[in-house]
Amino acid sequence: MAFDYEQYIRPSTFPHIWCPGCGNGIVVKALIRAIHKMGWSKDDVVVVSGIGCSSRTSGYLDFNTLHTTHGRAIAFATGIKIAKPRLHVIVVTGDGDALAIGGNHLIHAARRNMDLTVILFNNSIYAMTGGQYSPATPEGKMASTAPYGQVEPNFDIVRLTEGAGASFVARSTVYHAAQLEGYIAKALDREGFSLVEAVTQCPTVYGRRNRTPNPVTFLEHFKKDSVPREKAEKMTDEEREGKIITGIFVDHPRIGFIERYRKMSERASEVRKRRYIQGSGPKSEVGN
Amino acid sequence: MTPRAEGEKKGRDVRLMQGNEACAEGALAAGCRFFAGYPITPSSEIAEVLSLYLPRVGGNFIQMEDEIASIAAVIGASIAGVKSMTATSGPGFSLKQENIGFACMAEIPCVIIDVMRSGPSTGHPTGPSQADLMQTRWGTHGDHPMIVLVPSSVREVFSETIRAFNLAERFRTPVILLMDEILAHMREKVVIPDPAEYSVVDRLSPGGPKDKYLPYANDRDVSPLAAFGEGYRFHITGLYHDETGFPTGLPEQVRCQAERLIGKIERGAEEIRNVEQIVPEDQQGSLDTVVVAFGSTARAANHAVKEAWQRGKNVGFFRPVTIWPFPIRELGEFCRGVRRIIVPELSFGQLAGEVRKWIEPSSRLVPLNRVDALPISPEEILDRILEVD
Ligand SMILES: Cc1ncc(C[n+]2csc(CCOP(=O)(O)OP(=O)(O)O)c2C)c(N)n1
Ligand code: SF4
Repeated sequence: MAFDYEQYIRPSTFPHIWCPGCGNGIVVKALIRAIHKMGWSKDDVVVVSGIGCSSRTSGYLDFNTLHTTHGRAIAFATGIKIAKPRLHVIVVTGDGDALAIGGNHLIHAARRNMDLTVILFNNSIYAMTGGQYSPATPEGKMASTAPYGQVEPNFDIVRLTEGAGASFVARSTVYHAAQLEGYIAKALDREGFSLVEAVTQCPTVYGRRNRTPNPVTFLEHFKKDSVPREKAEKMTDEEREGKIITGIFVDHPRIGFIERYRKMSERASEVRKRRYIQGSGPKSEVGN
Repeated sequence: MTPRAEGEKKGRDVRLMQGNEACAEGALAAGCRFFAGYPITPSSEIAEVLSLYLPRVGGNFIQMEDEIASIAAVIGASIAGVKSMTATSGPGFSLKQENIGFACMAEIPCVIIDVMRSGPSTGHPTGPSQADLMQTRWGTHGDHPMIVLVPSSVREVFSETIRAFNLAERFRTPVILLMDEILAHMREKVVIPDPAEYSVVDRLSPGGPKDKYLPYANDRDVSPLAAFGEGYRFHITGLYHDETGFPTGLPEQVRCQAERLIGKIERGAEEIRNVEQIVPEDQQGSLDTVVVAFGSTARAANHAVKEAWQRGKNVGFFRPVTIWPFPIRELGEFCRGVRRIIVPELSFGQLAGEVRKWIEPSSRLVPLNRVDALPISPEEILDRILEVD
């Protein structure tokens, strides 16, 4: 029997805003199937997003949904998770949203091992605003603000979040929809901070500028140029050039923030004697 | 329950405390159970006190990576149903503006404490100032409502912090409590009232069928707000939205939301307003002079006015405790027929500019500004009152 997506979407909000051939829908379907696998009640699922084409996802889904400000979804999600830990809090974000304006929140949530799952839609561009370069635009690619080609190197999202302390990090593409779903399900299952980079396409504002206006060209590229992590490890740097390395890169179960905070609160509650901090804080004239 | 209310002390609880401590205590008394902040002088003690107490009362404290994240987390926690607050000073307050606008637009109750220091930029971190007054009103972009409270004693910081939470819950909107460095660090006696002596307001929670819930109904000013996780699966956005919360660009729906957003505070103004007005006991005829001041400057002004009475001057004192929405009607009535209005403040005239808008053209406005990071003394104000003109 075909999977019933309708039980997780809000039909009244359709048609959606995405262009024909956009990869966002494939990521959303993988996300829905992964959530379904978890068997959670819809009432207990929260989807928080930032601003961008990808971040419009939240409105279409029949959960508790929050569409925040550009880059700040992870910070809003942090407040929700701490205030009500029983909720499953998922962040949907774009490469510009998560890596540029929201980069600070991303690395700190990973460092704290905040109990959130981030689904990062990486289409290598600021799509919603018309195709300006993002921190994920590969060097040499065209963007509306890089008419001579992008001169900056791009972030490796996996290494960035691994270095910052994430518990689980994986990457897949919209060509590998089943694999993507599997990684998202694993991420949802983990305690602490988990992130899945979903490599996706924007044929409209990225493809057209980079001579790949056809969505099929993207999918062919994702198929042909993806290399599983195990295989990539045996390749030279030169061979890895231009490849999308897929797989699970980090899967270290670690106690998440919520549990650590709970334990500290227990200790604090035992302190019956009031320790009042008289006159703490800077006294000098040079406070900052 | 405040930590004190857990039975740690019996009888009348009288304490010598700092404005910042009173603010933290007031927040706990109002039911605040989530604080997110980023350290900044002269507000840091609020975070320090709450980091100590919140874990002990089942609440949560987190020091975020910056002020933008702090206000975001505060809004998130409130969406999950927990009363929440952040505290900062000028530079951090500037950073919070975009998300304060989000809370206005999405109608999420929360409290923001701004302890003013002198600026712009890093300015004078421990120097008092009152120059964020207009930023509290217009700091975030676009038309929006704003409630701002300006206490002027440590005791009042405690009670106004409770009121800030109550108004935020009542009107589903962010409320700013504006203090200055003097008040934040000054120590005064505070009688902590028994919880039975003050009221605590909680947001309306929805009844009725869950699938019919409208978080932004057009037929009322303030709709109930369901917490995430209670079975009302709805959408919240900073985009203009329809009654369900889903984005819309339809002119009629945009107008409707925009008008209701502003209107709910305008129509609620009587409930929100709080002013102190003092006239000489033996007042005859209309006042000759009125002194208008807020925050720590109002303390000096109050002193100066009483001193002027000793010298037979017919002077009144007007102090907004709620400064936004501005007490237009009260100020207009109080200043009717008054010859002269003196406005002492620690800025280049932000309050004076607002006062000028609402007084009779025949009244002469006399600003008294100090911007050297020192307080205005009662003598300076008295001199101005006694000035022959
Ligand atoms: C503070 C702020 N700055 C800029 C913008 C404009 N803006 C909207 S979406 C966007 C980029 C989104 O890019 P990305 O996160 O990669 O998402 P995509 O649209 O590609 O899915 C920008 C810059 C904004 N809304 N807010
Ligand atoms: S502009 Fe690009 S990312 Fe946005 S909806 Fe269209 S194809 Fe998708």
